[in-house]
Amino acid sequence: MSILVNKDSKILCQGITGNQGSFHTEQCIYYGTKIVGGVTPGRGGSEHLGVPVYNTMQEAVQETGADVSMIYVPPSFAADAILEAADSGVALIVCITEGIPVNDMVKVKSSLRDNNCRLIGPNCPGIITPDECKIGIMPAFIHQKGRIGVVSRSGTLTYEAVYQTTTNGLGQSTCIGIGGDPVRGMNFIDCLELFQDDPDTDGIIMVGEIGGTDEEAAAEFIQSNVAKPVVAYIAGVTAPTGKRMGHAGAIIAGGKGTAEDKFKALDAAGVATVRSPAELGSKMLEVINS
Amino acid sequence: MNLHEYQSKILFREYGIAVPRGIPADSADGAVKAAEELGGKFWVVKAQAHTGGRGKAGGVKLARTFDEVREYADEMLGMALITYQTGPEGLPVNMIYVEEGSEIDRELYLSILVDREVSRISFIASAAGGMDIEKVAAETPEKIFSVAIAPDTGLQDYQVRQLAFGLGLEKKQIRQFGDLIKKLYQLYVDTDASLIEVNPLITNTAGDVIALDGKINVDASALFRQKEIAKLRDPSQEDEVEREAAEHDLNYVSLDGNIACMVNGAGLAMATMDLIKLHGGDPANFLDVGGGATAERVSAAFKLILSNGNVAAILVNIFGGIVRCDLIAEGIISAVKEVGVSVPVIVRLEGTNVTKGRDLLANSGLAIIAADDLTDAALKAVASAA
Repeated sequence: MSILVNKDSKILCQGITGNQGSFHTEQCIYYGTKIVGGVTPGRGGSEHLGVPVYNTMQEAVQETGADVSMIYVPPSFAADAILEAADSGVALIVCITEGIPVNDMVKVKSSLRDNNCRLIGPNCPGIITPDECKIGIMPAFIHQKGRIGVVSRSGTLTYEAVYQTTTNGLGQSTCIGIGGDPVRGMNFIDCLELFQDDPDTDGIIMVGEIGGTDEEAAAEFIQSNVAKPVVAYIAGVTAPTGKRMGHAGAIIAGGKGTAEDKFKALDAAGVATVRSPAELGSKMLEVINS
Repeated sequence: MNLHEYQSKILFREYGIAVPRGIPADSADGAVKAAEELGGKFWVVKAQAHTGGRGKAGGVKLARTFDEVREYADEMLGMALITYQTGPEGLPVNMIYVEEGSEIDRELYLSILVDREVSRISFIASAAGGMDIEKVAAETPEKIFSVAIAPDTGLQDYQVRQLAFGLGLEKKQIRQFGDLIKKLYQLYVDTDASLIEVNPLITNTAGDVIALDGKINVDASALFRQKEIAKLRDPSQEDEVEREAAEHDLNYVSLDGNIACMVNGAGLAMATMDLIKLHGGDPANFLDVGGGATAERVSAAFKLILSNGNVAAILVNIFGGIVRCDLIAEGIISAVKEVGVSVPVIVRLEGTNVTKGRDLLANSGLAIIAADDLTDAALKAVASAA
């Protein structure tokens, strides 16, 4: 078991013939991910990387029975691609694309409330269930099948957590990079809930960042809903407050959103926090063996 | 991307949002001419700089004579406006905005932005407008009202009423206010703004609702479809080094410490800074070379880092995923040779082709200090900079 994706997941790549889409889809196929096809409007009927290319998601899902879409289309077309995927009936959409206008994502997020699908990202490394299914741009070789769930807002910092749990032998059940954009699909709580319910996940590593209040909300959720051990780190204790122009950001955050606030909320919820990102793996080993 | 007040108000006017009459000027003569043209009994001279808190910093002044207009314009033009938002170096004032004076009755606060908690565009308003709005939000959050807008239905009348009654507006004002915020919402959507702030929004002694100030931030990710807005960019308001960094696809923010960092990925870059601090050092910068770091980019990054004279050590922390460690190592070697780095360089490489990368560095003949892991890297950097 694992969460969201496994060896039976059938994946389509939107933007499969583009540079990024092509490169990373090939890596995913090489990992053993079941890529069943791709979509590039105007390239339907052709073949790329040994799989069929379709003009539309609707057609691609009908023909292949895919249940996941992986998106690499450029930012100006990405919102449309997400909506197309949602409309096609796939259960999971993983959008890697960076730089989608925020107001586009506001519309997408609102529209997705009517669908039963989940969205990971955008602007994220993707999701991987080691030895079964890799969807995204993460380096495959640092992963190892195991029993720790990893959820993170940052890309390379996710790799850090993964690598540490690989070298100390814990391994990972599933790793999810939820992305750093202000308006995104799944948040920490969605992932924590799934990890809590997954019989093959024994512990959860959560990596947050300054900004927003998702980590505070996650802390609250953990306190009442997560029985498994959680280890957390928040990046940005030393980050400058940023040059800003207006007051609105500070008002809407209501003074929340600093790394200290997040650490405090997580500590209060009984989460094992670490002040050094180098200790994520060792801390997890410690709490899981205690 | 930020717009100046005078640019924002041109857009306000285009959308029919009530603003005082005003004319921008880049000289004291121009300012006096502007005041003459505007007429009236008094004028407000406003420094144009990308910052809030201008009033308290001497960037907004009331002039009752043309001589005073000249005096204030002379004072402001060429000054570095230092507010609590700019940092100690301040921002240059190359343009001022001369506006007809308004007879203020009440000062209110109004802004529109994406509330990330609900993933919706939202209006925030408060009857306690004016200069201390952040204090109001922190100390008396109940005085702040907000409404979140569903994108498919748009701003609704009941939401207008919620805000208007919250602000204590009266009958005629409620109509004017509703009209104003509907136009603001449209402007926000049309320009791909990430923030429009009106502080203060005023009611004047005649009872009218007027946007006395205006700030617009535009989402940089949307500039590809905002060609006209993109032309309004004022590079003089941007940090020179940060601008140069952006040209090389590098994300750079300079800080006060003496340990420079070069990292791939924003999260890891922040984590690296935290780690330096945790072990007793002080980071000199935030620098994300991105996921697709190339040798050229690494070289450009080194030059940027070294433009900061305080740097006593450089910590390179790369977790190679898609980017290969051997390529990064080559970049480091060529940059160190080319730029002539005189401070210790500590390198921690992990990930794809790491052995090859480490070998390259070890055999380069350069005095590069290799680190085994994150903690080791931070400790060595702190020790080197001490």
